[in-house]
Amino acid sequence: MIARQIGSLLGDHTLVGEDSDGTPRVAPRTDDACSIVLSKAAKEGWRVRVQGTGSWNTTDAPADLALSTSNLTGVTEVSPADLVASVRAGTPWEELRLSLLDHEAWIPLDPPGAARSVGSVVATGTAGPLRSGFGTLRDQILGLTFVTGDGRIIRAGGKVVKNVAGYDIAKLLAGSFGAFGVITSVNFRLRTVPRADQTLFAAGDRDALIRAARAILGSGETPAALELISPRAGGADEWTLALRLRGSEPAVAAQTTVAADVAAPAILRRAELKSASGFWKQLCAGATGGETTLRMGALPSALESTLDLLAHHLDEKCDDWITVSVTTGSVRWTGNATPDHIRLFRGMCAQQEVPIILERAPWRIRSEVGHFGAYRGRVDTIVESIRGAFDPAQVLLVPLSAGQ
Amino acid sequence: MTVPTAAIQALRDVVGEQWVKSTSVELETFATDGLPTHNSRPGAVVIPGSRDEVVSVLRLLDHFDVPFVARGAGTGLSGGALAGSDAVMVVLTRLNRILEIDPVNRRAVVEPGVVNTKLSEVTDHVGLSYAPDPSSQTVCTIGGNVAENAGGPHCLKYGVTSNHILEVEVALPNGDLVTLGSPGGESWGPDLVGLFVGSEGMFGIATQITVRLTPTPAIARTLLADFSSLRTAGEAVTQVISAGILPAALEMMDQNSVAVVEESIYSAGYPTDAAAVLIVELDGMDKDSVESEAAQAEAILRRAGARAVKSATDPTQRARLWQGRKKTFGALGRIAPDLVVQDAVVPRSALPDILERIAEIAAEFDLPVCNVFHAGDGNLHPNLSFSRSEPGVLHRVKEAATAIMHACIDAGGTITGEHGVGADKIHLMPLVFDAETISLMRELRRAFDPAEQANPGKVLPLHVCRDAAEADASQ
Repeated sequence: MIARQIGSLLGDHTLVGEDSDGTPRVAPRTDDACSIVLSKAAKEGWRVRVQGTGSWNTTDAPADLALSTSNLTGVTEVSPADLVASVRAGTPWEELRLSLLDHEAWIPLDPPGAARSVGSVVATGTAGPLRSGFGTLRDQILGLTFVTGDGRIIRAGGKVVKNVAGYDIAKLLAGSFGAFGVITSVNFRLRTVPRADQTLFAAGDRDALIRAARAILGSGETPAALELISPRAGGADEWTLALRLRGSEPAVAAQTTVAADVAAPAILRRAELKSASGFWKQLCAGATGGETTLRMGALPSALESTLDLLAHHLDEKCDDWITVSVTTGSVRWTGNATPDHIRLFRGMCAQQEVPIILERAPWRIRSEVGHFGAYRGRVDTIVESIRGAFDPAQVLLVPLSAGQ
Repeated sequence: MTVPTAAIQALRDVVGEQWVKSTSVELETFATDGLPTHNSRPGAVVIPGSRDEVVSVLRLLDHFDVPFVARGAGTGLSGGALAGSDAVMVVLTRLNRILEIDPVNRRAVVEPGVVNTKLSEVTDHVGLSYAPDPSSQTVCTIGGNVAENAGGPHCLKYGVTSNHILEVEVALPNGDLVTLGSPGGESWGPDLVGLFVGSEGMFGIATQITVRLTPTPAIARTLLADFSSLRTAGEAVTQVISAGILPAALEMMDQNSVAVVEESIYSAGYPTDAAAVLIVELDGMDKDSVESEAAQAEAILRRAGARAVKSATDPTQRARLWQGRKKTFGALGRIAPDLVVQDAVVPRSALPDILERIAEIAAEFDLPVCNVFHAGDGNLHPNLSFSRSEPGVLHRVKEAATAIMHACIDAGGTITGEHGVGADKIHLMPLVFDAETISLMRELRRAFDPAEQANPGKVLPLHVCRDAAEADASQ
């Protein structure tokens, strides 16, 4: 029935069959087509789930219609002189990365997971180890186009590196899990690929490595990545500290010497570029190893207590996949846990002023726990009000907070 | 419309007699910001001394249904912190305490009235600084920087205000307090900090701000390159950036700016016969790597056509090279009594063309223009000098500024990179955003401020909004 209505609006070629749960799937080719689908959904009261490649969040939300970005693909513009690229949301992140490499350009972002689409990375706001040196996803975006829940096409931001015209809607959209609209294309700020890329590893006791990492930061360095990695995540017997330095050759050489000096007694060993690249890639891919992935935002000085809390509530055997950006205090965990456990843990962390974001999980967990939660004060009222403005008919099936 | 006397009296009861200004002489001080083309006297001015007083003031104004405009040091350049006679200006300069310095986590907690450079002065001994450095940084406040998403020369490498704000406590227009973000910078929900920064005082008043601190570079080298044409200087900018060098700052001054500075007490030794000079600063923690990048940058500048490249490492020499750039606006006072500092952004590669176009526009409107700006970001500041006593000149200035904005938009740019829309550019918003987007921005604002009492009449041209259009149609 819904499939027929969509087919008559857009032509049968945009219907790409059914998902395995029987939900009809539409894959619009243009922003306008996307707008037509969503305004129809808003009028008819359909609930829509948006999906990219399905490699991050499971495509199991109980929707009337699945909207796939698989036909919204292509790197539409790369300007090496201006260091700006525009890309459509369904484009695989890897394709974007390779296409930028042809121009010796780079987005300093290594999102967790594998085979993800650009839209998924932006909608979930997931940054990887490089957040230490280059900031998170929000810092790489110059503008984006999205379609609101009722079909309005909105162009936020632009293609220039500084822009304060109007409110920063692009920042609001990045990392809001698609609750405010379907992202159709994104303009990224680029950098030229740094010439040198050096990774160093130390192995040992968790807290000793945190101390070594703090000593590196205390020397005034801000490494590209400074990641503390659990034995499971690093495929090792002990915890690993992985330090990545990127920049000009003299700068990286100098940083390497300083880091090795100040990290003592921890011993930093240099890795070959090829094995290091493989390591970082595998580390990112590992973030989908468990059923659920969480991100915690601690203060860098409170990492030990946050990790103790994590071990106590979710990782009793201390053998889970955990990575920690020591520079930013951001902790990522993947494993299996019940919604009750996650909620309890979130409550405990909230008391320590540590927010927890549910980055990915099956629908039964997402819907119960919510991507966010433990809002403080009036934030929930503001978020709901914004949501009402962007998606008045509640078309977009996104559990921002618990029980939605 | 005026502010009711009862409301003014109630404000006095909250903050004390001396912190409420209501006579016309007192109010005149608050009738302009850094942009001389806009002038508006507020109904009253209140200067609260604490967060609690801010909250009480907002509750009171909400009760009396009086709109308000928050203001820091009043150095804004878009007429954003101006209030009409029906509104109360809430001045935050007394909330000037640095509440916490946390070197381990590289952050600080400040009140909104803290002056930008004061924070770096206090954190300097722990090797950290607050990176955003607007030209007015010795007087402007961090609260104002948050409202405008302020930039500055060193934002090329270190990012604008938005990249440095972790958490903001906001007094909403009804007086409720809400905390956005978290001390570590991770969010409790969608990125409301990112949305709040740059919202030009239309969502509420920031009462407490947690900022990120950045390790102070141990070494910096400043280059001064001079060019015989604006075009080659513009092209050199693109060549430096696309070579993979990320200077801490990359600034351009054209011949008019150089001449004005060199004739003033701020003379920095710039070559007055150059069509343009570039100031390129490289910095870092390690001397050898900074030297090596500086050498690379110098070679690129020479290849790109620089006639000469001067280099300075010691602080006195560097300060001298920077002095002219930082004091240009002061020096411009010599050539005409009034100055409009404009602000627009273009893609870097469009700089050579747009600089020529700006010169044409200035000639067309018979106004002296000089360009002194953040070339590495493509962030232009064409400055128009004039004397307001000349009949009709304000109209010509506005027309010329609008023509420049059109040219920047045509080049793929936008109407403001760091000064904000405020009152000055509200009429240009429809050039960069369609009615749907502006309407959605209005709805966003209403999520924080349903009655639209915070800084009314700024940023959003309400006549283009969807619901206004619908309301008109239904009448």
